[in-house]
Amino acid sequence: MTDTILRMSGITKTFPGVKALQDVNLEVRRGEIHSICGENGAGKSTLMKVLSGVYPHGTYEGDIEYDGDLCHFSGIRDSEHRGIVIIHQELALASNLSIAENIFLGNEQATRGWIDWNRTNAAADQLLRRVGLAESAVTPVIDLGVGKQQLVEIAKALSKEVRLLILDEPTAALNDEDSAHLLNLLRGLRDEGITCVIISHKLNEVMGISDRVTILRDGRTIWTDDTANLTEEKIIAGMVGRDMEHRYPDHTPKIGEEALRIVDWTVYSPSQPDRAVVRKANLSLRRGEIVGLAGLMGAGRTELAMSVFGRSYGVNISGKLIKDGKEIEARNVRAAIDHGIAYATEDRKRYGLNLIEDIKRNVSAAGLSKLARGGWVDGNEEFKVADEFRASMNIKSPSVDAVVGKLSGGNQQKVVLSKWIFTDPDVLILDEPTRGIDVGAKYEIYTIINRLADEGKAVLVISSELPELLGICDRIYTLSAGRITGEVPRAEATQESLMTLMTKEVQEVAP
Amino acid sequence: MTAAPARAGKAPAVPPADAAPRKVDFDLKQSGIYIAFALTIVIFAVLTDGVLLSPQNLSNIIVQQSYILILAIGMVLIIIAGHIDLSVGSVVAAAGALAAVMMVDMDLPWPVAVIATLIFGALVGAWQGYWVAYFGIPAFIVTLAGMLLFRAVTYAILGNQGIGPFPDEIRTLANGFIPGFLGNVGLGAELGGADLFSIIVGVVVVVVMGFLQYRTRVGRIRYSQAVDPMWMFLLKVVLPAVIVMFLVVQLARFRNLPWVLVLLALLVVAYTMVTNRAVFGRQIYAVGGNLQAATLSGVKVKSVVFWLFVNMGVLSAVAGLIFAGRLNLAGPTAGNSFELDAIAAAFIGGAAVQGGVGRVIGAITGGLIMGVINNGMGLMGATKPQQVMLVKGLVLLAAVAFDVYSKRRAAGAK
Repeated sequence: MTDTILRMSGITKTFPGVKALQDVNLEVRRGEIHSICGENGAGKSTLMKVLSGVYPHGTYEGDIEYDGDLCHFSGIRDSEHRGIVIIHQELALASNLSIAENIFLGNEQATRGWIDWNRTNAAADQLLRRVGLAESAVTPVIDLGVGKQQLVEIAKALSKEVRLLILDEPTAALNDEDSAHLLNLLRGLRDEGITCVIISHKLNEVMGISDRVTILRDGRTIWTDDTANLTEEKIIAGMVGRDMEHRYPDHTPKIGEEALRIVDWTVYSPSQPDRAVVRKANLSLRRGEIVGLAGLMGAGRTELAMSVFGRSYGVNISGKLIKDGKEIEARNVRAAIDHGIAYATEDRKRYGLNLIEDIKRNVSAAGLSKLARGGWVDGNEEFKVADEFRASMNIKSPSVDAVVGKLSGGNQQKVVLSKWIFTDPDVLILDEPTRGIDVGAKYEIYTIINRLADEGKAVLVISSELPELLGICDRIYTLSAGRITGEVPRAEATQESLMTLMTKEVQEVAP
Repeated sequence: MTAAPARAGKAPAVPPADAAPRKVDFDLKQSGIYIAFALTIVIFAVLTDGVLLSPQNLSNIIVQQSYILILAIGMVLIIIAGHIDLSVGSVVAAAGALAAVMMVDMDLPWPVAVIATLIFGALVGAWQGYWVAYFGIPAFIVTLAGMLLFRAVTYAILGNQGIGPFPDEIRTLANGFIPGFLGNVGLGAELGGADLFSIIVGVVVVVVMGFLQYRTRVGRIRYSQAVDPMWMFLLKVVLPAVIVMFLVVQLARFRNLPWVLVLLALLVVAYTMVTNRAVFGRQIYAVGGNLQAATLSGVKVKSVVFWLFVNMGVLSAVAGLIFAGRLNLAGPTAGNSFELDAIAAAFIGGAAVQGGVGRVIGAITGGLIMGVINNGMGLMGATKPQQVMLVKGLVLLAAVAFDVYSKRRAAGAK
């Protein structure tokens, strides 16, 4: 079985400003389960999008050789035609349609343009039995849990006569039972001759299911090896083992009193109210201290932060917030802001900024009442405040009348930070503060974070980049599957030790 | 294969496009509507041999279009917040009917009836605002239902007949003119006489407008903000002043200033201030510009939307009173398709379909463009309604096409 089904060689993919993939090579053997591991942003999903034609031929460099042919896919349809099917992390099912309708969406079982429902449902039932789903084919997808929806996706792939199945984080949103079922199913498919490529953060699963593993890091292939030769530690070392290419400003913390304590914080998902996304989390943030929160995709970092920030995420939230020694209630965003909590979102374009407005109106958005008397805004004061931020944060723009949507990512991030600093918070939660911005601007952001800590604010930094957390934080919490799995002072933390904690599976304790 | 290092792709970019600070920053998108307005007037003035601009006709345009303009003020705010209100025509009818019953059948004193009608409008708005903001039903559906509901309310109140006549005070507000307190002045042979009081009011308005613009400029300079060059500033002072004075003199030559113009002017000033300077006004733009960002900035999004609908209800009641007063009759079919005129006014006036963009003065201009088209085509003898509808439909389409086009071009330039 050393027959190669897929060989991607020298793949380079550039986005404006970022090289997402650089000379990546991937070789997949026919009939194997091949795992791809890497940190967030290592380029795994981009590579799979190149393979499946989401990024069509011509937008990347390098060659894709599939089944002995050089392939130039210009879209998903092309790759599906050759039997390559990708199942994305966010499931792409139409939730109001039935299972059968979803399976044959875009591939309707029709005679002369009229859908043959009997044929559709019978064929769907057969596929459902293959994936081990007992539901009837006419059940609406909305009535299924995520685990079963995942199986519907696989059934859909099978309906397209899949030969190379790609799964992006298939078990990230599943419970243990559903995960086990899914992995068993994949083994069964392998035995039927279907090749699988799995992107996963769960190293125990990777070790358990795959025949070979490829590591990506910073858009490059690090190595490929047989699972038999590997340990979880080796994989972790491969994932994080980059040299410290970024520089971090020096900082000596002046740590003061505790500003915020989060006690037994538990949050349930609004879309699946029986699934806890944060479980009994305990954190303590002190004035003058920069605390990191590390966790892989789906660990619940953003969910934890947003639920603390005026319950802007989640349902059935329980636990206590103790601010400066007193318990507080922050039931909405306004109350959280008034209690001195600020949260700068990881997705500034969707959740952080009004892109069609100018800098000054974005800076003042959360603290407008500070500029107003009797409900009327003082436009001149607003200008002055925004202009001072423009100078102190080094926002590169000719004036604060410039529209925010036209600024670069780094400058937009500075506008977001200005907005929150203007509310004069005691606790600042920064979610991926340097995502998508260039190295120079990152350094500036780090300097600003240090300055905020020196002003006596407690700062919580959420980041996917471990070197960044190690470079700027005084103390780091790790989060895995909604649980705090570790609390490490900077001096004792290494990328390897954090990654071990971040991938640690905590056994369910009785509530 | 490429030699470029990873991070050389994009230097910490200062977009040079923004580098020209406010000099002759000729914003076609914002000024386009005024140019279109001017063109409309010129075209129809020529086609009607100047009759369009005659004293009596100008007065007619204002009085005929007043209730649409009042509705357009409320509508543009709702559209800025990213919603829509299809029920205003029915609310206009219901408010007029209610006022008629109270004033005519029940003989209540007119101030009581007016206040009760405004409260009715507020309750209607609160009803719709609740469903939209707190229950989460799209405004399109809620107000489509409201369009039917409040038309039903109108029929329930009136039966199949109209009620009138209205008290003099209401008729005067809708249709009447400020009395000439100071008598006439002669303007020379051809122009004849004009009301002195109206002209004094016009002069005062022009002076105050100029003073406020000057004060804003001084304030901006004190905070070392960029300001228009002097010639541009003067143009922006003189041009509106000339237009206002021309309008006032023409009106003074006819029957003085209509009361409804005074009301309209007060509303425009008040709502312009709210949208530009009030916290509430800012929140409307924030909600429409990016709902999630507004929520995460602590804006009470639901409350903002709720009060916008209350406001729309009150303005619909005002329009209902004026419309009924003007016809001197509250009829069951009153206000038919007013909502469409108000929505069209807002969009022609530069409001964006996605929300977040729009101005009160733009909506007023949009409403006036339609008023001029209506009136001008009437003067030219286009008596068939389909002729006017055709032109108005094309103007609306052209206005929004221009909006979409300029946005696409702006996005492409980035």
